Amino acid sequence: MNFALIPLSHFLILSAVLFTIGAAGVFLRRNLITLLLSVEIMLNAVNLTFVAFGRQFGTVDGQIIVFFVMTVAAAEAAVGLALVIALFRHRESLNPESFTSLKW
Amino acid sequence: MAVLGSLFVIVQRNPIYSVLALIGAFFGLSGLYVLLEAPFVAVVQIIIYAGAIMVLFLFVVMLLNVPREDAAEWDRAHPLYRPWPMRIGALLALVTIAQLGWALSRTPGIGGGVGEQTAGISDVGALGRVLFTDYMFAFELTSILIIVSMVGAVILARRQSE
Repeated sequence: MNFALIPLSHFLILSAVLFTIGAAGVFLRRNLITLLLSVEIMLNAVNLTFVAFGRQFGTVDGQIIVFFVMTVAAAEAAVGLALVIALFRHRESLNPESFTSLKW
Repeated sequence: MAVLGSLFVIVQRNPIYSVLALIGAFFGLSGLYVLLEAPFVAVVQIIIYAGAIMVLFLFVVMLLNVPREDAAEWDRAHPLYRPWPMRIGALLALVTIAQLGWALSRTPGIGGGVGEQTAGISDVGALGRVLFTDYMFAFELTSILIIVSMVGAVILARRQSE
């Protein structure tokens, strides 16, 4: 089977589906850790788009952007999880609706 | 596999299973990167995402002994009678997929095979050469970003002394 004949649109459709799953997770779930995981899903969907387009145009720029996105994702995960730990110490809960101190 | 894993992440109520499902999704994605002739990205995906980031998540989940997401009473209600933030969220998800599908169907020239120009894009050496010449500044910026986030994470997660 020749994998080089997979059309670019298939990768784009898969990426769109993954991004939508991630966005739906952010909107629908009530758990801070699952929210962060959904953000990771969205970042990965965009990574897939970058690599697919880089392949299509025959450049390595797409893959390089993917490295930067991964770096940002790692930083975001580290800071986000630190925030989660700090919040959990305060409230003993991971439900975002229990963090309403800044709400008026 | 990636789609199934990601869906499993969303529908799972226990965060540990969510994290494990996401690791499976990342393995599926890395297989796709191999198909796209980006083996280095595939390897980095496994090492950094499935290895480092997911272990971090798993560690936090187990450290906090996270309770399962408590099912509110609206969760067992009919989907049309859920509170309005959920409805808006579901609506936004539908709008997103509608927009993306519309954009994909309107874009010309994406139906062809993806494998015409393959010279050199799977070469790690070429990748490194571009990374350390054209993208040198961004590369250095990411190192600063990593340091800042590391210090920030340590300070945020530090136990407050008295």
